[in-house]
Formats: sequence, C-alpha cells, structure tokens
Amino acid sequence: MLRVDKIKVHYEGIPALHEVTLEVNQGELVAMVGANGAGKSTALKAIVGAVSPVSGNILFNGKDITREETAKIVRLGVVYVPESRRIFGPLTVEENLLLGAFTADSEEEVRGHLNHVYRLFPRLKERFRQKGETLSGGEQQMLAIGRGLMIRPKLLMLDEPSLGLMPKLVTELFKTISLLKEEGYTILLVEQNVREALEIADRGYILQTGRTIHSGKGAELLESDIVKKAFLGL
Amino acid sequence: MELAVQLIVYGILMGLVFSLIALGLSLIFGVMNIVNFAHGEFMMVGMYIAYLLSTFLPLDPLLSLPFAAGAGYLLGVVSYRLLIHHILRGPMVAQLFGTFGLMLFLRYLAMYIFTPDVRSVKQGILVGKTLSMGWINVDASKVFSAGVCVLAFAAVYWMIYRTKLGRALRATSIDSEAAKYMGIDTKGMNALAWGIGGATVALAGALLAHFYYVTPTVGMLFTLIAFATVALGGFGSIVGAFIAGVLIGLIMVVSGQFVSELKFSFIYIVYFLVVVFRPRGLFGW
Repeated sequence: MLRVDKIKVHYEGIPALHEVTLEVNQGELVAMVGANGAGKSTALKAIVGAVSPVSGNILFNGKDITREETAKIVRLGVVYVPESRRIFGPLTVEENLLLGAFTADSEEEVRGHLNHVYRLFPRLKERFRQKGETLSGGEQQMLAIGRGLMIRPKLLMLDEPSLGLMPKLVTELFKTISLLKEEGYTILLVEQNVREALEIADRGYILQTGRTIHSGKGAELLESDIVKKAFLGL
Repeated sequence: MELAVQLIVYGILMGLVFSLIALGLSLIFGVMNIVNFAHGEFMMVGMYIAYLLSTFLPLDPLLSLPFAAGAGYLLGVVSYRLLIHHILRGPMVAQLFGTFGLMLFLRYLAMYIFTPDVRSVKQGILVGKTLSMGWINVDASKVFSAGVCVLAFAAVYWMIYRTKLGRALRATSIDSEAAKYMGIDTKGMNALAWGIGGATVALAGALLAHFYYVTPTVGMLFTLIAFATVALGGFGSIVGAFIAGVLIGLIMVVSGQFVSELKFSFIYIVYFLVVVFRPRGLFGW
C-alpha cells in the first residue's frame, strides 16, 4: 500500500533524514521506533507532503505522491495525526470532528462516521459541545485520533500518540490502537514507547539518526539485541 | 437634546460603515497574520465603480453595489494569488512593504486613469434625500448604507460561524498546518479570506460614494480608521470589529461636532488609550 524508497529530507539545508525506506501493507500495523531526534516525525511529514524529500520516492497504492500537496495526499486517504495532537482549541469537540470530515461528500456519510467515532470514544460524545482546549490530555488525544478517523483513512499515521499521557492512559491508548487494527485499519505508528509499540505491531522499523537501520516482525525486534541494548536498557 | 440624539444616530450610521470596512482587514489578519495596507484602495475601487456606473451608464448607484462587491472579490483573490501568496514566506517587513506597494500601485493607477479630480455621485434615488422621523432628520443614503452594512456583516458572520466552509476558514486561522492535515486547501482558504475582505470593503466603498467624495487618495484615511477599529475591537475578532466600528463612528461624529478639525485625532486618542490599558483590544484573545 505504502512504499517509501530511500527518501532524504533536508530541514533548512540541514539533513534530517539520510535514507529512510519502509513499506506498509494493507491491514498491517507497522511501528517505527527510535530515539528522540531520529527523524521519525520527519518521515511521516514527508509522506503526508508537509516536507519535501530532496531525493527518493514515495508511492501510495502505486501512485507517486513524493512531491504532491498535503491536501491532495490526505484526500487519497493518507491521514496524519500530528504530534502533540494539534486539535483546534477554540472549536468544539464536534466541530473538530466535522473538520475531519471536510473532504466527505454527503451529510449521511458524515453522520455515519461521527457515530462510529462516538462509539469508539464515548467520552467525546459526552463532551461534544465543549471547546477542544478544555479537554484533558488523554481526551485530546482521542479527539485527534477521532478527527483523523473522520477523514476515512486508508492509511492512518499516528505520530507519538502517547506523548505526555499518564501511564494508565498510555496502556489504554495502545489498546485502542490494537482495536483499530482489528477493525481493519492500516496503521503506521511512530513511538518512543518502544516496547509497547513493538508488542502490538505486526512489523517494526528502527530509525537511528535519519536512517532505517533495522526491520523485522514486532516480536522478533523486541527480542533482538539491538533493541534490547539501545532502547530497553537490558 | 435633539442635537445629542441626532449626533448619536449619525455616529451609529457612520460607524456601521466603518464596521464593514474593518471586517475584511480583521478577517485577513485573523486567517494569515498579515496587515493589508491596500485595504482602503480596495474601497476606493468600489467607490469608482459606483461613480462610473452612475455617471456614464447611467445606472442608479444602488445597482452598482453587486458590481462593486464582485470587483472587490476578484481584486482580493487576484492580489492574493499574484502577490500575497508569494510574500507570506518572506519576513514580516517584506509582507508590510508588499501590501504597502499594492496600496501605492492601486492609488497611482487610479490617479492615472481618473486624474486626481474630486468626483461625487450626483444622481440616484437616495442621493441628497433626507428622512424625517419626528424631529430627527437623517440622510436617506446613510440609513440605507448602514442597513446594507449590517446585512453584509451578518451574511459574512453566518458564513464563518455556521457553514462548513466557514469552519474550514476558522480552522485555517487557528492552525493552518493542522488544517492541511484535514485535507483543507489552505491556500484556497487564504484566497477566500482576501476575496471576502475585498468584496465587503468595496461594497462599503460603493455605499460611501453616495455621500462621500471620490478621489484616488481617499483610501489611506479609511485604512487608518480601519486599523484603529480592528485594534480597538481586537485583532482577528469579527464581533469586535463590528462593535469597535460603531464606537469609532460615535467618537468621530460627536467629537467632530465640537472640534471638527480634531475628529480623526480623537479616534486615535481612544485607540492609544486602548493600546495602553488593554493591548489585545476589547474582544481580542
């Protein structure tokens, strides 16, 4: 479904990604893990067109989207749930969700998706008239994911969803992500919580200083020396 | 007593026009944090459209309103696509000079086409008519203009707060990067803000032409009044622009009654007071 081939990205002239290669197949949950500053977020932003690679290419369902505009990439079904959530604070919960449905065609369709998101996150339904900025961190993350689901993603990319959440909520969040996978969503997850991410992932990639240095099945990676040493402190 | 009521009525009527003029400036600032120095020149274009259509066709200046709004919309969108879009990436100073240059360009283009002569709209059902309500006399054109301004303001407000397009516009103004991730064409939203800004201010210009002289340099004064209005109401606040416009109209008319030469100075005195005591404006966040 998604093929990222040797992309290289510069941020204001400074190399941020040297060579990132990865692949996500239909129905998979793929985790990309690595230390802070390894370039995980940059890789997702390159896929969604927010930053432009200087070389390499990105194919989505066979279509070259390497230098396409963000709005068009999103309309193809590549949805990016940004780091630190970026919800629209002054707007209500429901307005935030409806913005996710900006690209939808019919009113009925929008209602259907809204109900789906409310079933998944009943808390959002309870608070649908509240301003986004009044929600707690965990609720804001639900809103950010819910808003992403409203776009009807073919590929859902989650950027550090556990960042800043209490440990209890982190566990809950990873349950939700597994649930989304069971519902059939294809997910590319970027995380610093290496263990939890690899536990639920089908496959994983390890990013180090802007390069994908290792890949494999989630469980295998967890057992590998490189992960044990670098991330789990074993 | 009669004088006081008369002044207040005039102040409010004039103020409603100021509100509509300030609306676009506030909207454009709210969506992309850029100050449009050419705002008054967009208004000037609306004034000339009312003047031309009523003098040479001759069409009643009232019928020129949709043409003025349409021309203002186009002017706004074209300015955005050809100029503003490119300077948004530049530093703040480049943006300032960019719209300042646009102001000079439009002003001297008008100077070339129309000469610096002062013109006025002489014919029209409302021109020169007064309405008497009891012991208050008011210009029919001012009452009508104020009414149209309220309607136009309400229409834009409804569009921004009650429609899907308006929701996308608000999202863009809050966080344009996040708006992009929603699949919103944020450049299109910027262009829309410029279009609405141009349309509303040109419409205000065509209304103003009923009772205000038309010259190529008329814009600057109104740009400055609009700046004060937007700062008073709070940058980016639509409701603030409306209320501040009315306040400014009242200040100008009432103070002008006593010291006519200082009526614009009074606007700025109030503006300075607001800047000192409440820098974010009455309704700013």
